[in-house]
Amino acid sequence: MTSKLIALLLFSVLAQAVPSHGAMVAKRTVLGNGLVLLTSEQRALPMVSIELLIDAGARQESGERAGLAHLTSKLLTDGTAKRSALQISETLDFIGASLNTGCGDDLATISMTILKKDLGVGLQLLAEILTGASFPAAEIDRQKQAILGSIQAKEEDPGTVAGEAFAAALFPGSPYGRPVEGTAVTLKQLDRKSVQEFFQRYYRPNRTIMAVVGDVSEQEIAAALNQVFVRWAQGDPGKPFLPPANLGTARTLHIKKELTQANIILGHGGVPRGHQDYYALLVMNYILGGGGFSSRAMDSIRNERGLAYSVYSYFSAEKSHGTFQFVMQTKNDSANEAIRLAQAEIRRMRDELVSEAELNDAKNYLIGSFPLRFDTNGKVAAFLGQLEFYELGLDYPERYADLIRKVDRAEVQRVARAHLNPDKLMTVIVGNQQKITGQ
Amino acid sequence: MSAAQSDLDFGVSSFSLVTMIWPRRFQLLIVTFSLFLFAPGYAAQVQEFILDNGLKVLLLEDHKSPAVTFQVWYRVGGRNEKDGKSGLAHFLEHMIFKGTPTTGPEEYSRIIAKNGGRSNAFTSSDMTVYFATMSRDKIHLQLELEADRMTHALLGEKYFEPEKLVIQEERRLRTEDNPGSALYEIAASVAYTIHPYRRPVVGWMQDILSLTRQDLVDFYKLYYAPNNAVIVMVGDFSTAEVLPRIRAAYGKIPRGAEPPKLTLVEPPQRGEKRIVLKKEAELPLLMMFYHAPNLHNPDSFALDLLSVLLAGGKSSRLYQELVYRKRSVRGIDADYSNVSIDATGFAISAQLLPGAELASVERQIESQLDKVKSELVHQRELQKAKNQIEAAFIFAQDSIFGQAMKIGYYEMVGDWRLVDSYLANMRKVTREDLRRVAQKYLQQDNRTVGTLIPTKAKAQ
Repeated sequence: MTSKLIALLLFSVLAQAVPSHGAMVAKRTVLGNGLVLLTSEQRALPMVSIELLIDAGARQESGERAGLAHLTSKLLTDGTAKRSALQISETLDFIGASLNTGCGDDLATISMTILKKDLGVGLQLLAEILTGASFPAAEIDRQKQAILGSIQAKEEDPGTVAGEAFAAALFPGSPYGRPVEGTAVTLKQLDRKSVQEFFQRYYRPNRTIMAVVGDVSEQEIAAALNQVFVRWAQGDPGKPFLPPANLGTARTLHIKKELTQANIILGHGGVPRGHQDYYALLVMNYILGGGGFSSRAMDSIRNERGLAYSVYSYFSAEKSHGTFQFVMQTKNDSANEAIRLAQAEIRRMRDELVSEAELNDAKNYLIGSFPLRFDTNGKVAAFLGQLEFYELGLDYPERYADLIRKVDRAEVQRVARAHLNPDKLMTVIVGNQQKITGQ
Repeated sequence: MSAAQSDLDFGVSSFSLVTMIWPRRFQLLIVTFSLFLFAPGYAAQVQEFILDNGLKVLLLEDHKSPAVTFQVWYRVGGRNEKDGKSGLAHFLEHMIFKGTPTTGPEEYSRIIAKNGGRSNAFTSSDMTVYFATMSRDKIHLQLELEADRMTHALLGEKYFEPEKLVIQEERRLRTEDNPGSALYEIAASVAYTIHPYRRPVVGWMQDILSLTRQDLVDFYKLYYAPNNAVIVMVGDFSTAEVLPRIRAAYGKIPRGAEPPKLTLVEPPQRGEKRIVLKKEAELPLLMMFYHAPNLHNPDSFALDLLSVLLAGGKSSRLYQELVYRKRSVRGIDADYSNVSIDATGFAISAQLLPGAELASVERQIESQLDKVKSELVHQRELQKAKNQIEAAFIFAQDSIFGQAMKIGYYEMVGDWRLVDSYLANMRKVTREDLRRVAQKYLQQDNRTVGTLIPTKAKAQ
């Protein structure tokens, strides 16, 4: 098979090879149909990891049709023109491969892990799905029922309940404030026609980033894709990613659950991934609450006072927008004390310069641990996809250390003042409200 | 809210917890299959050394990426605790991070982190494990810090009470407010009559409250010694360089007294047990736990394949019947973790879809089990399960951490060399074997059925 593939014409508009961290040498190619292909050849094991990022996330849907992008992604493996749902899973299971689909606000994803010897089977199946997912009515019915079950099951996870309430309060009226699954009400209104239309419009090669990492060369994979994707035609180009139009006003939300702990999120809007302050925020947040046992949050709330097992903060930086969140769980009657301590730590980041030691420890971790993020093929594939989506460039691993290194103490304080607002924190508390308020 | 998009640099994934308690033998609704698998010849690449003080060292060079994982495995866990002292091994694991005469409280984690490493630890019924993954030029720091705290941990009085509070919070987070864990905990407490696997590794709340610092000190002296520990190191290092470093750091630690060897045999179960848990939740859960042998019994290979055939992937029998055709459950799992010191369990667990009935889901599962007991499975189906296991074996080698975990697990329950025979034994399993082990172990009298019945919070 290989010789036949190599004989095929390769549409390579743009290709670059960059020596980077460790064994991660990546190449970028744009296929004739507009698909951006990123590859990294890793010959140690006879396996291949594939990650597709498709501009077909929930941001494309209206509030009335919430859940459409997610439902579509769930149905991708439930039937094609040639295979039923069962035949697809039989095919995958018989070769021990995994093929998972996912859906977020911005992107739909498809991940595959497969033995090299079965790569042809896997690519054929991927192509069948991307060009001819058939969305049988019975499968739509089945998935809708399953998703209704998931929506209900999410209520059992207090962290998810808090996270969804936080997003809804912060981004009212925006797809970024809605759960991707939709609601019981919106889900009922989704039909086969709407799913098919969504698929036809958004699942297009020129809206797709594909990362392939493993026991295969760029030439082999590009040739194979040009062959199997020959019927996958370009569609509308993607639209710009727009931030949520409105930010909700800071307030405190109490959500009742019969739990032993209060699950707490404090936070507000943040920055998009491309923001110039991003790297200084990484350093600042490491010191505040991102650095595990090296963070001030862990020191104050866990180690000194034993108020929580898990306490951390993070900036989630998306394509068009972002959030800052400080997250912890503590027994109901300590909730208010923990919140006061969290507020104090956030305030301190603005009021005082961090120490030289804190700064250096943070930078050393962020730089030193960077290569550990790519220690498996699957992680390299996911990383390459993000490099492309966030327009960081394949030389990002070479540039990263300098971006961190140049952050100094004054810069940490400047970004804390610019991007932390302890007086305008949206606060979500899920738990036993009687015990939390002490009334 | 972005389920499918993980952040590039920020993110929850970068924060680490000191303790992971991986609930043994039961992972609710994670439809997966056992990954504790190795191919013939694999273990031949592992090099074993035993120091004079009894410390075993297992080294596997893997030069795929410039990282190394260094782990210390202690042969002690919840299994070694006494009734009334549950949670002791886990509490000790937390306190090990509180420093030595030369390293301050929590300084270990900071040193590893500021050198670009990631560290953590976990306690299970059978073992306590400390590990870090770092670049090859920094891993000696982890090597030396672990040697220091093997015998010099201070377990400082000052940190004891705050850490007890932390552990209570951990129990609330992971067990009390988590329906799946809560059901597993109560079902295990019923499934076993005398064996310590009946106690939760994190400990019962009352036991956690009553533990004393002296309990920790005694336990530490008894079990933390080179002759009760194994070093596992996998990654981009050279054995010739690393072995002298290990000898220098660990060779001087004196051998400890031999820890008591426990012979713990759960008596055969003679009749079904049932347990009902009522708590705040949305959907009912069902788990069926059958006593089953560990990997030292040849039947374990067929049981492993049976778990894959029943619930490994969407084409598996239980998935097809209950998730797909009957639409009675959200997901279903058959978990058989045979890498354990004592006899283990074969557990089937499911979360129901709204509207489904526990009794009928139980009947649906039973009817599938009856089928594998009465009819031979298809040859192709057996082959599919074998292929899944073989592929998973290759995929598992992608991660140095995962490889080290497997070597350590096998060593804790017997011998890391057992990994060598695994695939060969698995390949030999026949359709008749599957039917025979299903008949022998998946019997009503041999099981505990646990159900979680959701209650809704009263208006507060």
